[in-house]
Amino acid sequence: MTENPGNGDHKTYLPNISKSSTAPSNSPPPTETIVIDPLTRIEGHLRIEVKVENGVVTDAWSTGPMFRGIELILKGRDPRDAWVITQRICGVCTTVHAIASVRAVEAALSVTIPDNARLLRNVIEGAQFVHDHVIHFYHLHALDWVDIVSALTADPTKTSVLQKSISDWSNNSPEYFQQVRDRLQNFVNGGQLGLFGNGYWGHPAYKLPPEGNLLAVAHYLEALEWQSKYIKLHARLGGKNPHPQTYLVGGMAIPLDKTSSAAITPEKVEDLKTLARDGLDFVNRVYLPDLLLIASFYPEWTTTGGGHGNFMSFGDFPTASGSDPANLWMPRGVVLNKALGQPPQPVDQQLIQEYVTHSWYDYSSGDQQGRHPFVGETRPNYTGPQEEYSTLAGQEKYSWLKSPRYNGIPMEVGPLARVVVAYASGHTRIRELVDWVLRSLNVGPEALFSTLGRVAARGIETVAIAEQMDGWLDQLKTNINNGDLKIHNSSKWNPATWPANTDIQGYGMTEAPRGGLGHWIHIRNGKIENYQAVVPTTWNGSPRDAQNQRGPWEEALVGLPIADPAKPLEVLRTIHSFDPCMACAVHIVDVNNNEVMKVYVDHS
Amino acid sequence: MLTIPEPYTVPDWPLDATNKVLVLGLGNMLLQDEGIGVRAVEHLLATYRFPDRVLLLDGGTLGLDLLPYLEPDIDLLILDAVHADLTPGTLIRLEGERIPMALAQKMSMHQVGLQDLLAACAFRGGLPKRIVLWGMQPDRLDWGTELTPVAQAALPDLIREVVSELEGWGVKLQ
Repeated sequence: MTENPGNGDHKTYLPNISKSSTAPSNSPPPTETIVIDPLTRIEGHLRIEVKVENGVVTDAWSTGPMFRGIELILKGRDPRDAWVITQRICGVCTTVHAIASVRAVEAALSVTIPDNARLLRNVIEGAQFVHDHVIHFYHLHALDWVDIVSALTADPTKTSVLQKSISDWSNNSPEYFQQVRDRLQNFVNGGQLGLFGNGYWGHPAYKLPPEGNLLAVAHYLEALEWQSKYIKLHARLGGKNPHPQTYLVGGMAIPLDKTSSAAITPEKVEDLKTLARDGLDFVNRVYLPDLLLIASFYPEWTTTGGGHGNFMSFGDFPTASGSDPANLWMPRGVVLNKALGQPPQPVDQQLIQEYVTHSWYDYSSGDQQGRHPFVGETRPNYTGPQEEYSTLAGQEKYSWLKSPRYNGIPMEVGPLARVVVAYASGHTRIRELVDWVLRSLNVGPEALFSTLGRVAARGIETVAIAEQMDGWLDQLKTNINNGDLKIHNSSKWNPATWPANTDIQGYGMTEAPRGGLGHWIHIRNGKIENYQAVVPTTWNGSPRDAQNQRGPWEEALVGLPIADPAKPLEVLRTIHSFDPCMACAVHIVDVNNNEVMKVYVDHS
Repeated sequence: MLTIPEPYTVPDWPLDATNKVLVLGLGNMLLQDEGIGVRAVEHLLATYRFPDRVLLLDGGTLGLDLLPYLEPDIDLLILDAVHADLTPGTLIRLEGERIPMALAQKMSMHQVGLQDLLAACAFRGGLPKRIVLWGMQPDRLDWGTELTPVAQAALPDLIREVVSELEGWGVKLQ
């Protein structure tokens, strides 16, 4: 597969990027192109190109890496092993690929899992959401809003007052914030600020006062400690390896017992409940108050970055056994045109199609028609530049991502999609939280459809999910105490029980923290014949389709103001608000190029 | 029949362990030579018996999840694919500050890799007292669960170097 520049030698097609020293100009030329190109990894990468006219983005192109190829590895294997392999697609998303995979096989085999397995899956998945969202907020997205360098000038006493005004979190003394500031100062004095290299410190788009920045730095550090405790929920339910080993087609491989030390006992469930409660506490008293504080300094971000306004949620967290979508605590549905006031449409997976009109593939049936994942094809056809280039705009094909569409419509997936669908469905708790957050920020519901709306939706669902953990664990404990220890339905475990000489198909849907994830499996004679995974970032980061409709990221970028084209912080804020899943899978160390992201500005 | 793994047994050193050593294999085993670090750990576990104070972990592509293991008082040996524009299969040893670290702006949290893990560790309050990275320049990173022949051929050399490194740290293997 040397023709796949997504994985091979990247030097032939990367743009000739030199570190731009372009100073912000007082009278920018009418049209500029900004390219953001992260280069940490050797493999294919995410690249965003925007056209800026008079300081505003007028068009955008998103180029993503080739994510497919998993079907090549899975073809011919035992379907019961698929989850072990798919969870290795990505180290951040292990759980979600495992669950989508076992659900797909269970659907194909018509297996219903026991109630205890449902509860444990909800707990593992819930913990994934809470952990992932907190990490995203503090360790990926915060630096878009928080100026670390400014924190050095903060007054610790004023920071203490600020902290006490937003939350009753106990780390709130002037001495505490003085300590954090000293620590940061030592870090900077030691020349280690380079660790936060490429940060746009001092950028005019940073609006937090120094005390807000110091508070956020303190919680950046606290969240690091917090996450390493909270993740024990996973470790304890996942078995001996950092990668979960306890999924199983038909249920879970987690023994339950009233007393055995090799099993989950009511006593251990209590311990898990303590971890879950500590998690909820951090979310309620640190994450959400910080989110509201930061948001209050960026009101202009509630009116920009919204995009198409079409949302899809596959829903998740079943409240009863079986696959009836009516039993999903996080509802399934489609909302078009920001219609918060109408009940969502049901999701019909048959209406999902992937287009390659603008992607570096071709279809045997022609590039104008989409294909459903059951008949998905991955036939690379790279037509992009062979030489170094600076722009992809105007190229017919410009991405390795396919363009999934629902009934031909580009759909945003992720926290905002889930919250919008839940809100429109009349989900009581989500509605309460949304209304409360909107009131706190003094904005109306239309503010949801923005960059900051996406950030807020992530925090809102984190609270709602973290609140559910206790109930799931309680139910599990009750079941164990009542002697219900069933964890696996083995009726279809033996392939001899599967329909012989027939093709069977199934799909598994789940909500990953960053959006709806679907796996589609086709089994023939007990082996995998075809396997397709449509991941959230393919929905959000897709290029244009046969109708030339932009993908959700592309659309969300149009209309953004850009203060300084050499430091396009505004683009990063909006792309990060989607929590992209990119450049996953590869973990290589690059000793020659420690640069994480390059920005290229073309004044044409 | 099914092998039921035991939950609740998080891999860890024994409580009374001193002079702790962590051998951390990193990489994605679905992308051929990207998985060299993970394959090397598998190989070590299958071939040798290690004293209790040595913990071997298949870190996969996990990022910050590995942070709890990076205590300041441990010796850390990282095994990973390393891109250094060398002939494929070439072994590389990096120590201490020569191992890149960064907590920079990035597009995705999926870019949280070794560099960020170490940087977060430093910012949090202290890197392991010794960090050595043994790596190999990969040949190919296409989809596939097997190492390329080049990497297969280099694996025994890598294992030899790792064993010799650990012996230098006073670790006796059986």
